[in-house]
Amino acid sequence: MYRLDAQNVKKTFGPRIVLRDVSLSLGIGDSLAVTGPNGSGKTTLLRILAGLTLPSRGTVDFFHEDRKLGRSEMRRLVSYIGPELALYDSLTAAENLRFFAVLRGITLDRGLIGKIMEMVGLGGREDDFYHAYSSGMKQRLKYAVALLNDPVFLLLDEPTANLDKDGKIVVSGIISRQKERGVLIVATNEKEEYGFAEKRYRLDG
Amino acid sequence: MIWKILLFVLMVWVIVAAFIFPAPQQVIGEASRIFYFHIPQAWVAVVAYIVSMVASIRYLKSGAMVNDDRARVAAALGLMFSILAMITGSIFAKVTWHSFWNWDPRETSILILLLIYGAYFALRTAVIGDERRARLAAVYAVFAFLTVPFLLFVVPRVLPSLHPSDSIVDASGRFTMSWQTAAVFFPSLIAFTGLFAWIYTIRLRLCTAERLRNEEMEA
Amino acid sequence: MPKNGTGLTGKSFAVLRKDLLCEFRTRYAVNAIVLFGITTLTVVSFSVGQQSLAPEVYSAIFWIIIFFSAMSGLAHVFIREEETKTAMVLRLTADPTPVYLGKLGYNVLLLALLEAIIAPLFFILTDARLESPALFIVVLILGMIGLAGATTLIAAIISKAGVKGALFAVLSFPILLPLLIGLINATSKAFATGEVYFSAASSELQLLVSYGVIMITASLLLFEYVWEG
Repeated sequence: MYRLDAQNVKKTFGPRIVLRDVSLSLGIGDSLAVTGPNGSGKTTLLRILAGLTLPSRGTVDFFHEDRKLGRSEMRRLVSYIGPELALYDSLTAAENLRFFAVLRGITLDRGLIGKIMEMVGLGGREDDFYHAYSSGMKQRLKYAVALLNDPVFLLLDEPTANLDKDGKIVVSGIISRQKERGVLIVATNEKEEYGFAEKRYRLDG
Repeated sequence: MIWKILLFVLMVWVIVAAFIFPAPQQVIGEASRIFYFHIPQAWVAVVAYIVSMVASIRYLKSGAMVNDDRARVAAALGLMFSILAMITGSIFAKVTWHSFWNWDPRETSILILLLIYGAYFALRTAVIGDERRARLAAVYAVFAFLTVPFLLFVVPRVLPSLHPSDSIVDASGRFTMSWQTAAVFFPSLIAFTGLFAWIYTIRLRLCTAERLRNEEMEA
Repeated sequence: MPKNGTGLTGKSFAVLRKDLLCEFRTRYAVNAIVLFGITTLTVVSFSVGQQSLAPEVYSAIFWIIIFFSAMSGLAHVFIREEETKTAMVLRLTADPTPVYLGKLGYNVLLLALLEAIIAPLFFILTDARLESPALFIVVLILGMIGLAGATTLIAAIISKAGVKGALFAVLSFPILLPLLIGLINATSKAFATGEVYFSAASSELQLLVSYGVIMITASLLLFEYVWEG
């Protein structure tokens, strides 16, 4: 039904070539781990797939039953989490969630917010400010925001960064669910995270 | 090749005739000869901007970098011709009205055009990343162009004007140039436009070649 | 509040509300813009004091103060998103149009606050006279809409540039010049004589209204190119 198609993606930053001729094709049920040493372009590739960065050459397209999707439609289906991403420091967790939910076309009441927070193991902490969260808690909240739209394509850069044992369990649950119902792409250096995905795409430095 | 020769001949004709034929505007006198150079320069500055803007729109639609090259080359030439137009205009203003600058609407317009070109290049140097730079510069070029209708039509109604208004067409719309004036003015217009087109073509080729060579080296 | 809280209006208001909330808690842009305005006004008052100047001069001084204060604070709405790295998740989640409208609204309100503070102080600290308050208020409103309309897109552009510096003012000034000419002319008429109502400033008012409409429409069309990638 849904497909992600990347063709000959190339990315250069000035004279430096970071990605050279990357092509992928993924559909529902596929999971991919993008691996490689530091600086090999894992984060860049994921950001290009998520639509955050433009490739220097090549194309990235999303399809629904052979119809190419526009940016708006694609945005509804894709979620991305990465270490460089941040939520709003001056807002509480609940305010952050409610804000992103509205942008996604969803209205959240206190009850729903409570349930979402429980799911990521942050129950009861919804009225704390984001800036007061530890890095592990911030990571969990990022998952809560990323899952608001029940994404078909979930792109995770360093999925278990900053997480304790319980956090990693939460993420495993999220990932299993995603693999059944959608597409999962993970960028990682950690060997224990390789197992999240069935296929592997190696990037050289 | 033949075009270059024609252009040369035309330009020589314009330069010589501008000083030999009678001065175009009797009231202002000899200083009005600058009219043969100043107006085509201002005209080219605007044409260059239109070329730049159209190339920018095409870049936004297609993402083809060659359009960014076109926009940039046209803008650089536009900058040069705006400076020329301002210099010749200021010389004329000093001689005729005894001050270099007066905030007359047309003077203001060419100044704004100059500032827009300057801002365009300032923006280009401040952005890192070829695609991002091309995109942001293109958006700015298109957005800034919107001030032009204001400058041409609305501001003159608000600010008093010093520019002679009957040089080409008078109040009743009849053509007022004498045949001698027309014989220098229109060729000048064509010659300056031709000059712009020629330099533009050469620079564009150079620009595109450089970019392609850089891309080759990376591959 | 609209019933369909998640349509375009709902989303735009959400962006606006979020920015107001963040601003209220940090007060960064408000401080910058209001302090700049008051400082400049104080300098003007100090140097010009109770001298009597022509209405055109007062008008120009007023809008110079507003223009430079605006330059010190209006880009914040986008720069803050880029600097705190929240721009990324916003780009992933939101369509460009509600983001633009929300931030445009924020900048309009910021300018409204600035003008509401500077305008009364201006008459207290200088010898300027206001003969036509109604005209002046209309000009203030059109001014805030025009300034925000033209500069919000530019703020988005420079937030993506590496070295910002004076870039915001450099890019904004040529585009704002027709607006400033209209504002200064219309305001000097409002300062000048009492019999002058809207009819005498009609060409300026037409300019101001059409400027706001054109700039905002163009910004709406162009914003997505700045926002994406």
